[in-house]
Amino acid sequence: MRFSALRVFREALTGHKGWTPTWRDPDPQPSYDIIIVGGGGHGLAAAYYLAKEFRRARIAVLERGWIGGGNVGRNTTIIRSNYLLDGNQPFYEFSMKLWEGLEQDFNYNAMVSQRGILNLFHTDAQRDAYTRRGNAMILHGADAELLDREQVRAMYPFLNFDHARFPIKGGLLQRRGGTARHDAVAWGYARGADEHGVDIIQNCAVTGFRIRNGRVLGVETTRGYIGALKVGIAVAGNSSTVMAMAGLRLPIESHVLQAFVTEGLKPVIDGVMTFGAGHFYVSQSDKGGLVFGGDIDGYNSYAQRGNLPVIEDVAEGGMALMPMIGRARLLRTWGGIMDMSMDGSPFIDRTPVEGLYFNGGWCYGGFKATPASGYCFAHLIARDEPHPTAVAYRLDRFRRGAMIDEKGQGAQPNLH
Amino acid sequence: MLIPHPILGLRDAQEFTYLGDAALIDRPDGLANPEAFHDYLYLRDNPAGIHRELWFHEQGDRSWIVVTRNTVTHEILGAVLAQDVARARGRSR
Ligand SMILES: Cc1cc2nc3c(=O)[nH]c(=O)nc-3n(C[C@H](O)[C@H](O)[C@H](O)COP(=O)(O)OP(=O)(O)OC[C@H]3O[C@@H](n4cnc5c(N)ncnc54)[C@H](O)[C@@H]3O)c2cc1C
Repeated sequence: MRFSALRVFREALTGHKGWTPTWRDPDPQPSYDIIIVGGGGHGLAAAYYLAKEFRRARIAVLERGWIGGGNVGRNTTIIRSNYLLDGNQPFYEFSMKLWEGLEQDFNYNAMVSQRGILNLFHTDAQRDAYTRRGNAMILHGADAELLDREQVRAMYPFLNFDHARFPIKGGLLQRRGGTARHDAVAWGYARGADEHGVDIIQNCAVTGFRIRNGRVLGVETTRGYIGALKVGIAVAGNSSTVMAMAGLRLPIESHVLQAFVTEGLKPVIDGVMTFGAGHFYVSQSDKGGLVFGGDIDGYNSYAQRGNLPVIEDVAEGGMALMPMIGRARLLRTWGGIMDMSMDGSPFIDRTPVEGLYFNGGWCYGGFKATPASGYCFAHLIARDEPHPTAVAYRLDRFRRGAMIDEKGQGAQPNLH
Repeated sequence: MLIPHPILGLRDAQEFTYLGDAALIDRPDGLANPEAFHDYLYLRDNPAGIHRELWFHEQGDRSWIVVTRNTVTHEILGAVLAQDVARARGRSR
């Protein structure tokens, strides 16, 4: 079933009786060519691109709960390609290009909105750092503009420009950055994958792997054993526990990140904005809620909820940047479990177990990566070689001293 | 979260900074055995459940504490001084 304006019009005249379920709800087959574990954004995107771009195969996505109930449905929806390092920027720019054609590609409204992302700076040193980052972005084919204080004022006159400690001196703007509707990204990929014959199997947790002579044969699940020639893992915050079932240890810690939304307000922030002197970022949803977030809580967690000190810290950041936010009432807060890696960058790689592939370590920035991560993971699984933009995302990079540490924090996951 | 500091009693977790997996106490000789050092530094425990982890009482008495905590519920099950853990393993300090 294709979505189109004509179709909406026809359904409106015929009582909306022609819409069908967006994807099937099949029972698992005894075996598949390829199984993807994890029905988040990355798993669904990988299945979609595998089926559509790489080869016709019998493919299933196994999801423990319902698809889109993990981080893909919990994030603050920011998409951008404003990285500094060689290992990262080409990958994120590839992702941005896929975002730009995504809705036409999978024929689903994901509300991709290139409303611009503005990173504010507050000191001369920070201006230098952002100038360098902007140059790196441009050299890799992305867009970047350095705004001075008055240009920022023209966009957001209500900011606290003359804060005694953190005066705003300007900002780095990526106009092509913005937001997308997170749930719709999961649903769009699920629908697209389903149309290409992928079985999306929900309420099916993987509880173990069957491995013989160093080769994966299939997965044990709560709905029985399912055989597979190849198995790809994309379970975000659960990466360590799932890979431990295959006997592997990962350079990853699981941490909780919280997000916040206020009651609906009149339009006031039309882009995405980040505070440069503390950890606070904000955008406004189409319903009017201010959507914002800040730091991870900072201790290992699988709880999907955080604690009050971080809420206070994020609120302080908001008050320092735009004091009027103090008048808005908070509607909801929630948390998701991040797969924080030892250098803050992700993995898309083979594992020592033949036929078992791993995708993870996305930290708090994996939503923007969803299209490219799915594409590159599909490429790796189908061809057994990495996509050119993802060659740096190897599991052995620490052993080789080839970390991709954007923040320069070292092996301390809670600081990335 | 409140951490039961072995000397100072219940303290707000905000007074502490977090380092992670308590196995970081047992640092191997990286020159003699680089592979063991790689595993020590990068491949830490990350269980869903009981976790032993290092917290530093930065805004307090500046002692290192080994906290036992459930990562699924955030329940704190105990806390001992890291120096006592190290000494029990035969270290001098
Ligand atoms: C509060 C918050 C804000 C964020 N903000 C942003 C942002 O603004 N921009 C950005 O780019 N990124 C952001 N992120 C990060 C981003 O959401 C994640 O990096 C990304 O969604 C992770 O990939 P995923 O969608 O595949 O994960 P998930 O949606 O978590 O998918 C993993 C799936 O695996 C399933 N699973 C786990 N174990 C098993 C098992 N044993 N068997 C079967 N299935 C299993 C889970 O149920 C889950 O559905 C944010 C995250 C959070 C929590």
